[in-house]
Amino acid sequence: MSQLQEVAVSIEDVGIRRRPRTRLAVIGTPNAGKSTLFNRLTGLRQTTGNFPGVTVERHTGLARLGDITLELEDLPGIYCLSGVSADERIAVDAMLGRLGNRGAPQGLLVVVAATHLYQGLYLLEQLLELQRPTLVALTMVDAARAQGIEIDAAALSEQLGGIPVCPVATTSGLGLEDLREQLKHMEQWTPPVLPASWPEFSLRAQQLADEAGATTVRADVQEALLHPGSHAEATVATRFPTGMLETERQALFGAEPPRAVEARRRYRWSRETVEAVQQRSTVARRLGQRVSDFVNRPWPATLLFFLTLILVFQAVFSWATPLMDGIDGATGALVGWVQAAVGEGALGSFLADGVIAGVGSVVIFLPQILILFLFIIVLEDTGYLARAAFLMDSIMRRVGLSGTSVIPMLSSFACAVPAIMATRTIPDRRDRFATILASPFMTCSARLPVYALLIAAFVPTASVGWFNLQGLVLFGLYLLGIAGGLLTALLVKGTALRGPKPLFSLALPEFRRPNMQTVLIKLWDRAKVFLKRAGTVIFVVAVLVWGLAYFPRMSETEFQGDPASPQSMEHQFAAAQLEQSYLGRMGKQIEPVFKPLGWDWKISSAVIAGFPAREVVVAIMGTLYAVGPEADEDSLAGRLKAASWPDGTAVFTLPMVLGLLVFYALCLQCAATVAVIRRETNSWRWPIFAWTYMSVVGYVGALLVYQLGSRWF
Amino acid sequence: MTLADLSTGQHARITSIDTSQPGVVRLMVLGLVEGTIVKHLHAAIGGDPLELELMGTALSVRREQARHFEVEPFGPASEIRP
Repeated sequence: MSQLQEVAVSIEDVGIRRRPRTRLAVIGTPNAGKSTLFNRLTGLRQTTGNFPGVTVERHTGLARLGDITLELEDLPGIYCLSGVSADERIAVDAMLGRLGNRGAPQGLLVVVAATHLYQGLYLLEQLLELQRPTLVALTMVDAARAQGIEIDAAALSEQLGGIPVCPVATTSGLGLEDLREQLKHMEQWTPPVLPASWPEFSLRAQQLADEAGATTVRADVQEALLHPGSHAEATVATRFPTGMLETERQALFGAEPPRAVEARRRYRWSRETVEAVQQRSTVARRLGQRVSDFVNRPWPATLLFFLTLILVFQAVFSWATPLMDGIDGATGALVGWVQAAVGEGALGSFLADGVIAGVGSVVIFLPQILILFLFIIVLEDTGYLARAAFLMDSIMRRVGLSGTSVIPMLSSFACAVPAIMATRTIPDRRDRFATILASPFMTCSARLPVYALLIAAFVPTASVGWFNLQGLVLFGLYLLGIAGGLLTALLVKGTALRGPKPLFSLALPEFRRPNMQTVLIKLWDRAKVFLKRAGTVIFVVAVLVWGLAYFPRMSETEFQGDPASPQSMEHQFAAAQLEQSYLGRMGKQIEPVFKPLGWDWKISSAVIAGFPAREVVVAIMGTLYAVGPEADEDSLAGRLKAASWPDGTAVFTLPMVLGLLVFYALCLQCAATVAVIRRETNSWRWPIFAWTYMSVVGYVGALLVYQLGSRWF
Repeated sequence: MTLADLSTGQHARITSIDTSQPGVVRLMVLGLVEGTIVKHLHAAIGGDPLELELMGTALSVRREQARHFEVEPFGPASEIRP
């Protein structure tokens, strides 16, 4: 660890020591309503950061309860403590205080869904064995009631040895006050007793822990016994005679996998407990259930899935237009106002052409990006993404993956960064890495600005049958991204990441109404990320490119125009000025590399400058063409159309534009994605491979389209 | 008879499980253990994976794994389907 990081960590430590705050881990099965409850308790007082000392993202929030404030830690959903996926490891390690240097949280807030009590209790009994202060939030009691399920919370608390159980319905807020009241009085919670589910196992583990010495805890011994080869086994194995753990395993589990025996024992208890506390009555099947029964049939479900995707992409374009026109108008007005107020000198050009034209041309895409994120977040919150994974499993199997990979790939349509983090739910490392390599091919929201600009400017608005040609080109680009991703998965799963056939098992949550608060909090998070990028990376690159394109200035006396040229003297001067600028000189150096793709030096420089963040390209084009000879045109699209080679022919021909689009569809122009691949794979090998591979594929794709296209048309 | 052989709407009780097969333990962690009652709800296009109901929860299971769960069906499919 660098010294700087050490200082930062110790400062954080001091801050924590000064204000000791009780910390609770919020833990539960996936889709138990954990995040909704977390949002209800903390509101906007949430932060996402790293565990101190390690680069694992953590999500915490503050719950203000009268005069005390609790820190809640939102952990990924898990079914058991011995899971193998990265997500499950993070949840368990964070809960046991193995991550970072802040130790274990002081207590557990266990979220158990009333609709999935059976699985919830399976996790709960394992958590009770940790013997930490525990409070159970029994969520979704309203949804359970609608299905005819009534759970006696008092009886459940009794079955659990008296630990507090609070029934809540997060949608209506029912029971939240009681839960807050309980959270205030942690010292009064009944401490958990060892549950009766598997006493011989926990007692034997306790004996072994006692024999091994005071520093050995039972939880570690249990994990070591259940999980041969685990971190816990490595830690405790040295404290026992060689082979002793193996002998113990034989005695406890026979020849069967330890976790199979565990599931059998614990689920028996879980089922008995459910039967003791749950009343089930037959209720009239509501219309909603009938509809969902119908649409879950194979063909209607698959049809609905594709209709949903079409609706999403349609909405991204049609709903966003008025908002985008508004932003466009505002940017134009601002440029005019700045030019009038500051004048046309270097400062005026810097503000108008560098800052406003550059950043403005990216901010204009905020509405589209937010609409796209809105859909993805809503699909996630309704539980529909799991259904998509189920429907697409058979297709994914053909490329060597499973339905589990569909969830991150669908999120990639919004942004590859959260998608790559979402691959943590994939248990097998090879499947996970293959999904990580496939995800950046999916058309993310940052590609949209480039697509939208070029398609609107250069693809004719003709209709092909029922469809609009522009829409078809866009759809084709989406398909190209999907094909690129799937073929890449197939390629790496057949070579470097060859392994056993991936497995697929998943709980499918019932459709639920999205929680507006959760949706808005997540949407706001994404808006902040986008605007922060526009204000930092994109701003810096736009200003840098403006500086390189504006200086050095040429004096008018040096300029020898050609009066015979069809272009006005003013245009010729602007073109000559730009060409002898620093950027022009550099661009000329790299032009030969991209000449086979039909690109001139301006596009080549814009593409190179776009490698940190692909949407920057639009900003750079905004800047480059604002200072160049095309500046008379009002819109950026108009300026691109006016761009020409020295011999007067247009730069942006249809084959060249299509090639440029293909390049964009396939290239990895995003430093944030490279960084997240580095973090999630914990090596530089994969990000370097992904970047090189995608650049080569993009270049070759663009080359083929341009060369073949120019010959045919 | 195995879990993979149930027809739509049919109920069955799991009687024995071949725990040595890959992926089976993961399904057991989701609650598919001996003695539980499952209902075959739907399948995806092509008949795989299956959607099963277990204690009120819908689970997605591939046929390949479902084959390792021996079941005892009860009630013909027609009796249970609405």
